[in-house]
Amino acid sequence: MVNQTARLPGAAAPPFGNLPLDAIRSAAEAVLIPVGALLATAVVFGIFVALAGADPFETFELMYRGAFGTWFSWQNTLQRTAPLLLTALCVALPARLGLVIIGGEGALVIGGLCSAAAGMAMAGAPPWLLLGVMALAGMAAGGAWIALAGALRQFRGVNETISSLLLAYIAIALMNHMVEGPLRDPASLNKPSTPPLGESFMIGSMPGLDVHWGLAFGLIACVAAYVLMQRTTFGFGARMVGGNVRAARMAGLSVAKLTLVTCFLAGAAAGLAGMVEVAAVHGSANASLVAGYGYTGILIAFIARQNPLAVIPVALMFGGIAASGGLLQRRLDLPDATILVLQGIAFVMILASDTLYGRFRIFQPRG
Amino acid sequence: MEDLGWWGVALAVLAGAIRVSTPFLFVSLGELLTEKSGRINLGLEGTLVMGAMSAYAVSYMTGSPWAGVLVAGLAGALFGLLHAAICSLPRVNDIAVGIALMLLGTGLAFFLGKPFIQPQAPILPAIDLGWWSDLPQVRSALQINVLFILGLVLAPFLLWVLTNTRWGLIVRTVGDSADAARAMGYPVDLVRAAATMAGGFLAGIGGSFLSLYYPGSWNEGLSSGQGLMAVALVIFARWHPIRCLGAALLFGGAGALGPALQSVGVTQGYYLFNAAPYLLTLVIMIATCSPTRTLAGAPGELSITK
Repeated sequence: MVNQTARLPGAAAPPFGNLPLDAIRSAAEAVLIPVGALLATAVVFGIFVALAGADPFETFELMYRGAFGTWFSWQNTLQRTAPLLLTALCVALPARLGLVIIGGEGALVIGGLCSAAAGMAMAGAPPWLLLGVMALAGMAAGGAWIALAGALRQFRGVNETISSLLLAYIAIALMNHMVEGPLRDPASLNKPSTPPLGESFMIGSMPGLDVHWGLAFGLIACVAAYVLMQRTTFGFGARMVGGNVRAARMAGLSVAKLTLVTCFLAGAAAGLAGMVEVAAVHGSANASLVAGYGYTGILIAFIARQNPLAVIPVALMFGGIAASGGLLQRRLDLPDATILVLQGIAFVMILASDTLYGRFRIFQPRG
Repeated sequence: MEDLGWWGVALAVLAGAIRVSTPFLFVSLGELLTEKSGRINLGLEGTLVMGAMSAYAVSYMTGSPWAGVLVAGLAGALFGLLHAAICSLPRVNDIAVGIALMLLGTGLAFFLGKPFIQPQAPILPAIDLGWWSDLPQVRSALQINVLFILGLVLAPFLLWVLTNTRWGLIVRTVGDSADAARAMGYPVDLVRAAATMAGGFLAGIGGSFLSLYYPGSWNEGLSSGQGLMAVALVIFARWHPIRCLGAALLFGGAGALGPALQSVGVTQGYYLFNAAPYLLTLVIMIATCSPTRTLAGAPGELSITK
């Protein structure tokens, strides 16, 4: 059977309780278990850092300062949160159908590449038109990339986890080929890039914030994804497929259509993240696009239990952790991979905590 | 050096197949064993990187590459144990845990391996099987590492263990039907833990080959998806050890195509040739998977093909 594998435990569990008290109970479970897992992460990571010869308390304090301590660090955090919101959606949306997509990095890279190519083709057009076409190109390319993984799953039974990751490596190779060859700006010497967009064509900052508009795109996308999944017939159908494919088929839902559209939207979100990285941060497509946002997005979606609204605070937290990496390196002489270790521990703890759902009496609805 | 022209490409691909295939072979045999017990470990990618790092570090510190190979295997077994322990908790998804361990393994390897990027560790010796030839290309192609030969022996041995021994039967029973195994009194979680640890051990050794022989140094871009491609390779090989060997050689050859062409002056599309192994994996998966029937040879409990 298609779609029966890799069900994410509890991913699509709706709050069945009718009483407000029951709703509070299940909400408390959904919040307290991940928080507990993150506390356990902090303890394990603290021990790890201590073994590596750094003071854990100083580490946590520095991380807080590097992430949220000053307005400057807030800006740094928010800049990094923008792509994370979008790459987390790339995991969270297909998860509602029971699909584990881990190739968001590829959709981001191919989206960034295609938006840069669109920007080259539209050179000379007014900025709003150029950026609009770039955004569309990025979303279409990223969407097609993940939809391909969804289609292979749907029609050929190819495991989407593996195919999406293979597609990510293929996307990175394609990007390297294009910026090295056909799309290369001859002026880029050591770091092959597409021609720079030019200052006047880049996405500016939101007024008063000094954070580029990508953050707003990400927030809007998360809210839109939530509404789509929780408040529309489409979302209901998608969640039904995630719950039980056979029942969904019996009810007359088009599983193939729901799968393809959801995967396309997921990839479009990551593709938009690539466009934002090109048009607001780097100014051109190059190897800097491969920054690991796609992989952090997987972790964020899992901690948020695949809920697009919960993605927002979790992405902010990981944006902050990423932003504080530089400070840890400078002050404590810890390698940049410290952040990767923290993410790995957090991921393991969160998954292990899946086993705790439904174990505690106090969270269960009475009746 | 004599110019072999396009024959040089064929020779280089063959040599590359032998050189590059060893990590694929070890990881895929390890993954095969784990999958035969009914569990899938996507974390072997992280195990491979961890194995490469720890082997290099130990070889550098002790001066013995073989100690490095052993430690890499033990590190892999430890990761396998972690995977098995978390997956044995109820309601925990083995694919997701694999992704998490992939991230944790690469993160830990990058963190701990930072001091070992510069120094040169003693690497594994190779056996010179090309002494009969005057051509330097043939000679270098037939520089064969002991680990490759070990892998050649391991594949039929694993097949024999799985089909002809009591242990093999238990692993296959657990993988095909946990209920049946439980009814017969076998401890399902324990068997899976053992199979996952053994699989991790082999993957760690595969990683040690990367840092201690080819390419033969430790850096952070050492493995890019080889552990994951091994998962696809096992599906392609239909859970058969001998076919794993053939598939590993095929993947190795695909990986050697880009550098081989570059050596005869074809530099156009170098990055595209780098994508060849991934593309090949994808095409193979499309060709061999089917939405309507269970794949022949697939363990019944395996979540990835159900």
